Amino acid sequence: MTELTHLTIEDALTGLKNKDFSAKELAEAHISAMEGARDLNAFIVETPEIALKQAEESDKRYASGDAGLLDGIPFANKDLFCTEGTQTTAASKILEGFVPQYTSTVGQNLADAGAVMLGKANLDQFAMGSSNTTSAFGNVINPWKASDGKDLVPGGSSGGSAAAVAARIAMGATATDTGGSIRQPASFCGIAGIKPTYGRCSRWGVVAFSSSLDHPGPIARTVKDNALMLQAMAGYDPKDSTSANKPVPDYAAAMTGDMKGMKIGIPKEYRIDGMPDEIQKLWDQGAEWLKEAGAEIVEISLPHTKYALPAYYIIAPAEASSNLARYDGVKYGHRSKDAETLAEMYAKTRAEGFGDEVQRRIMIGAYVLSAGYYDAYYIKAQKIRRLILNDFEKAYETVDAILTPTAPSAAFAIGENEDDPIKMYLNDVFTVTANLAGVPGMSVPAGLDANGLPLGLQILGKAWDEETVFKVGGVIEEAAQFSALPQTVMSKAA
Amino acid sequence: MAKLIQGETGEWEIVIGMEVHAQVIAKSKLFSGASTQFGAEPNSQVSLVDAAMPGMLPVLNEYVVEQAVRTGLGLNSKINNVSVFERKNYFYPDLPQGYQISQYEHPIVGEGVIEIDLPDGTVKEIGITRLHLEQDAGKSMHDQHPTKSFVDLNRSGCALMEIVSEPDIRGPEEAAAYLSKLRMILRYLGTCDGNMEEGSMRADVNISVRKPGGPLGTRAEIKNVNSVKAVQQAIDYEVQRQIEIIEDGGEVDQETRLWDPNKGETRSMRSKEEAHDYRYFPDPDLLPLHVSNDQIENIRTTLPELPDQKKHRFMDDYGLSLYDASVLIAEQQRAEFYEDVANDNDAKLAANWVINELLGILNKNETKLSDSPITAEKLSGLIKLISDDTISGKIAKDVFADMYETGKAAADIVEEKGLKQVTDTGAIEAIVDEVIAENPDNVGAYKGGKDKLFGFFVGQVMKKTQGKANPAVVNELLKKKLG
Repeated sequence: MTELTHLTIEDALTGLKNKDFSAKELAEAHISAMEGARDLNAFIVETPEIALKQAEESDKRYASGDAGLLDGIPFANKDLFCTEGTQTTAASKILEGFVPQYTSTVGQNLADAGAVMLGKANLDQFAMGSSNTTSAFGNVINPWKASDGKDLVPGGSSGGSAAAVAARIAMGATATDTGGSIRQPASFCGIAGIKPTYGRCSRWGVVAFSSSLDHPGPIARTVKDNALMLQAMAGYDPKDSTSANKPVPDYAAAMTGDMKGMKIGIPKEYRIDGMPDEIQKLWDQGAEWLKEAGAEIVEISLPHTKYALPAYYIIAPAEASSNLARYDGVKYGHRSKDAETLAEMYAKTRAEGFGDEVQRRIMIGAYVLSAGYYDAYYIKAQKIRRLILNDFEKAYETVDAILTPTAPSAAFAIGENEDDPIKMYLNDVFTVTANLAGVPGMSVPAGLDANGLPLGLQILGKAWDEETVFKVGGVIEEAAQFSALPQTVMSKAA
Repeated sequence: MAKLIQGETGEWEIVIGMEVHAQVIAKSKLFSGASTQFGAEPNSQVSLVDAAMPGMLPVLNEYVVEQAVRTGLGLNSKINNVSVFERKNYFYPDLPQGYQISQYEHPIVGEGVIEIDLPDGTVKEIGITRLHLEQDAGKSMHDQHPTKSFVDLNRSGCALMEIVSEPDIRGPEEAAAYLSKLRMILRYLGTCDGNMEEGSMRADVNISVRKPGGPLGTRAEIKNVNSVKAVQQAIDYEVQRQIEIIEDGGEVDQETRLWDPNKGETRSMRSKEEAHDYRYFPDPDLLPLHVSNDQIENIRTTLPELPDQKKHRFMDDYGLSLYDASVLIAEQQRAEFYEDVANDNDAKLAANWVINELLGILNKNETKLSDSPITAEKLSGLIKLISDDTISGKIAKDVFADMYETGKAAADIVEEKGLKQVTDTGAIEAIVDEVIAENPDNVGAYKGGKDKLFGFFVGQVMKKTQGKANPAVVNELLKKKLG
């Protein structure tokens, strides 16, 4: 039954409707794939019993003819999304053993659509990282291998989600993108993922990293599958004051392939020094595909792009330093056992409970918010943020969408970049702008580099216009005909 | 009436600004649906948001916003169309989020002014700097276990209004008058119950001293001052402390001090150097708060008549003194009670009876006006009997006491006990004659110049009529008969 795990969501839904197989069979196939791929460490907690129970209920709905949008589809739930009755850790020691009494809105939306939860996907601790090497529960391994057989990072922070989907363990996954955490791992793992417009998916019940930059969204293997996932996940949530009360369009229906009259912008500022030729080539190729499909390609300028990364690394840690203050050992989660005083309890609990990267960002955040530095850092970063949004708004006066590479490199080896946080942060250089501006962005697998590793192209759209992003993404996907499989999947299939 | 304090080096002027935290009357908390009921079992009114569970988000309670706007209007203040909630970051076990959501640079209410009534009958204006909304913290309990502290989060997240005054207050009396007036206004508006014992109104007092008219001195902020009396005591203590320091050649430290009501002193909590860096920044979970002019005007139409308006109306319409008007408007219900009585009777007589008799006896019995056995209607009935000469003022006091005991109507008591005043001149004349006949010696003495004996004859007549004779008639007849 291995082939069931290779189906797209779209095809699996057809199969389930046609009773070619049951939701239970589909769940069992994925559970067995999950068990067979534990070396990837894509999950912190596996929940096969939940998956089977949900699948059985799904089968009943298929029998009675009232199946939901994603009924019976097995997915991985990033362990940043709180799950009632199932441990939620944000890949941290400080939340090890924490079992929420509630389920995130996005998770509930998926459950209401009939999706089946396979487990809680591993991630960078508190979603801080671009390599999934900061998890307290171990690194996630990319199912793609380096040519020398070395283990590669899956990207981050949604590394477990991306690895599970690429390795054919899950058909789709929840993910979050604060600076590229959906798009970069999707690119590194040869799959697709979309960060929708800020406010499209509720943040309620998602462990907060940086509230104004956190975007829940899906990861799946095809553009259409992402459209189906997002359709189920999105929607207004009165419990999130930043959620938008706007109707959710039919995303899959937007994928018409019709590029006529569309203008696609190529931002010149994204041609950064030191970018590998093959990424530049792929980017040119992508533009060519869109042109062939009938779009007009326009060079545009997003002049403040170079300030995006520094602004991001001020705003995100600032918010994180405050968002993570609640993990203090008082109410839930880890509490240091050898503290004599209150101050000691705080210090030891947090020193023991947070990993190095999380501590680094808390310290940066506290620093940029402190008296005497606030104006020079935080306020200035907010001004840059506004300028970046202005850049996009101006660009969208002439173009319908923007095409860029997703990341400046393919997946790198585990351990690489570890010694230099700045180098690690450069992974987000093409993706953070969309978080700062709140506009939607999607990564679509578009080709392989010289080492046979996947590379993605990013499509950025106007706020609330995910439909265009899906449409353009669908065209890229169709033209790229990306069909390569990760080595781990090929070896299992063989 | 700036109170100056005599020190060894001359006179000192006291400069005070107050920050009052008032818990907003609302069924649920500022950012969650949990109940705000006082006195519930610990941790029984805590939502996931109040406990700062991971991934929880605040949602603003719109009613609380209305209450803040209502209060701002009641304080004659500018309402800001846009205000911003910010995070005030610090660690404490009763602060589950690790930050308090408050307003900092952009409060919902800006500058305003209120009038305070001083004991010497004068009125003074005190400027309001701002009013902002913020979350209350929970409560740490250190007396439940020998080695552990407990935390009750029932209060965590309840909405507070912080009302900041200008440093316009010049002494303990003014501070007391300010606090009383503020409390009165909030109670009139229905935005805070003003209950200082339950902690729903708490004051921080910023105190400094200076040479009269000189530059401002260094201030100390006194926390935990939880009654009008404590405010006065804390100011008295702190002013002496500061004057002594300066006169001894020292300098007052800018610091936060705690009022200890048991020892009657303030003591240092933390110095300026130890002051927290709260790292304020706009809360990214909440959008800026917009209040339109239409909303403000709609709320304005719901405002009740406020204490000062009522005070001036009572003086103008009922001819009351500032003192009587101030006493009557102190509580909304009291003012209403008074008006019910006054509208049917002589307004000044009504004021006397409400203030001197009714409030007197209620106060003595520690009974609330709402529990008074004498209703406005009944008191009104009693005063009518005085006005139409059915009973004398003296008898009325006995009837009043009876009414308070039994809850009966005045007319019924007068009827039952036969207390109706005798105004029949013939009947009274007969008794006057009787008294004159029975006391020839005193008649002689009176006629001989002992004028004071007139009272004796009045008393004798009243005694024989059980006090029912109309005093005016008795006087008139006695004067005529005694010559």
